[in-house]
Amino acid sequence: MTQPIRRPKRKNPVLPMRLPVLPPGTRSRVGLGLTAAAAEGRFALQVCGACAAVQYPPREACHQCLGDELTWREQDGAGELISQTQLHTSHDTFFRQRMPWRLGMVKLDAGPTLVVHLHGDVGSAPARVKVGARLDKAGMAVLVGFPDRDVPHMADDTQLREFTCDPKYRKALVTDGKTAVGQAQVRALVDAGADLVWVGHAEPWKKLPGLAELRELPQVSLVPLDVTDGRSVKELAGEIGAKVDILVNNVEVHRAHGIASRYGTDIARAEMEVNYLGLLRLAQEFGPVMRGRGADGQSSAVAWVNLLSIFALTNFPTHGTYSASKAAALSLAQCLRAEMRPAGLRVINVFPGPIEDEWNQLLPPPKLAPAALARAVIGALRDGVEDVYPGDVAQEWLARFRESPKVLERELAGG
Amino acid sequence: MAKEMKKMKSGTLATLVAELAQGRIRIVDLTQTLSPQFPQIVLAPELGQAAPFRVEEVSRYDERGPAWYWNNFTCSEHTGTHFDAPIHWISGRHLPNNSVDTLPLADLIGPACVIDCSAQARADADFLLTADHIRAWETAHGRIPPRAWVLMRTDWSKRHDPAEYQNFDEEGQHTPGPATDAVRFLVEERDVIGFGSESIGTDAGQGFHLKPPYPCHYYMHGNGRHGLQCLTNLDLLPPQGAVIICPPLKIRQGSGSPLRVLALIES
Repeated sequence: MTQPIRRPKRKNPVLPMRLPVLPPGTRSRVGLGLTAAAAEGRFALQVCGACAAVQYPPREACHQCLGDELTWREQDGAGELISQTQLHTSHDTFFRQRMPWRLGMVKLDAGPTLVVHLHGDVGSAPARVKVGARLDKAGMAVLVGFPDRDVPHMADDTQLREFTCDPKYRKALVTDGKTAVGQAQVRALVDAGADLVWVGHAEPWKKLPGLAELRELPQVSLVPLDVTDGRSVKELAGEIGAKVDILVNNVEVHRAHGIASRYGTDIARAEMEVNYLGLLRLAQEFGPVMRGRGADGQSSAVAWVNLLSIFALTNFPTHGTYSASKAAALSLAQCLRAEMRPAGLRVINVFPGPIEDEWNQLLPPPKLAPAALARAVIGALRDGVEDVYPGDVAQEWLARFRESPKVLERELAGG
Repeated sequence: MAKEMKKMKSGTLATLVAELAQGRIRIVDLTQTLSPQFPQIVLAPELGQAAPFRVEEVSRYDERGPAWYWNNFTCSEHTGTHFDAPIHWISGRHLPNNSVDTLPLADLIGPACVIDCSAQARADADFLLTADHIRAWETAHGRIPPRAWVLMRTDWSKRHDPAEYQNFDEEGQHTPGPATDAVRFLVEERDVIGFGSESIGTDAGQGFHLKPPYPCHYYMHGNGRHGLQCLTNLDLLPPQGAVIICPPLKIRQGSGSPLRVLALIES
């Protein structure tokens, strides 16, 4: 039985902090296919186009017929634990700090036999298990053997928590609490058990609905934050940076214009100033101090969430300058991900379709409700996912984008 | 040469410099500090917006520039304590010499009349200064001379909290300013150079609902007169007798500019 985690005791200030180290992070190029799927929360294995054999580990040619048409297909992960072991010692710096560590061998119903990290609630072999893929601190896919049905406090398993970013008992910063999206995110974090949520708000003279109500939540602390002002970001990072475990950057400027519908560069500049340069300023000020706390006990710094847009993948011409700013932010977020990796921090990029808000007034439903977006972020933190495409529109765009970026571009251009 | 020196020493400018040096003429800074915290004018979000003041370090004696410290800053022509030229408003768009680079230099140094409305503004954030108020002020302090700046003291600059300074509610901004008849009186009957205020605009916060909308902008700029806003320290000036110096930056076709406004007063 997994014991529920408890609110961690205050840190003993005379003990040195554990430094972040990573588990082994080398994979073959083809092996990264496992990681690509796990980054979206999927467990996929290669399947042979000729003989339908499921492959593991990832490889160039089918282990059965040597066919080279291997396609990544999602797996349900059902299988049987055939053996298990508990490691008590290791030469690896990451696992040495986390002993003992439970491993098992699982024979999937689909065929292959895998080595998996074993959840504490999986009984002794033989036992039915469900294998899922997760990203480890190095950002690489690993396989986890879960109990075949949910058990209480399943997410609190010590080993599993090395792969997830659960907000429970953690402290989070939401960079903009003045929007419906921000307010839903704050409430979702509180509901998910966050100990403290700092809520940024800019331009205090603009009174917008909802912010004052947040103040009534005991976990919430409103803090001035204007991401267009370097000093504002620096000051907040100085004040709370050493305590932020999860940063949710949801601040954005969004106007529905292409090139021709709005003469001049002021709106495009405002979008870039917040959506792109705002992320850069936050990353420069909060990045270093969060990197230092990547292994700081149960409530270490774990995740950085960026609210992007599905328009970051392909320009949506009626929201053309916004799309461009989100594409820039996506590119920078990839850089941030690379720079956060040595500390084991997860950068989660969220790509919603149109959100139900005032800047998407003219777009037809379905539009993503702020609360649904917030739930998707919490889900991504709990599952340790890197890329999230919440809602039907985002999923559909993603599928079309993956099928053919050029076809999607042409379709969006209309006419 | 010696003769010229002697002439300098006895001339008006020499007297001015000497009196400044002796402290008989004092300099009062009427300017708010440019900082990112100082609020900018707010328009409906779908309209174009004035950029707030922002500053980014270029180097500070470091690897980006080992021996020097400097910043890049960005802002609107209408950020912080700033000057409004006639071209700023549609009513002044066809006037000659209507932009900051071409307007008459004589308009940039002139006498200032300071009308104290601080008590009224304290009682009513939407206080409007009328022509009758100005006539009453003249009865007490003397007639406004031609080609003077008229400055409306409200002590609004003492509202250091940006939210209180902006003073928005659901119907918009509530800050004091001149009524339509006051603006027309100052332009048509007193021939002022311009009108200055402590709040974020020369017009009242609810000035859009006056006739015409934003009367101070409309009549002042429509008649080639100017505006100064976000002034401070007006409480240190006498009702009459101060001289202000207010040259805006020389921006080509500029509609205004942040600037340093100085007042000279006799002790």
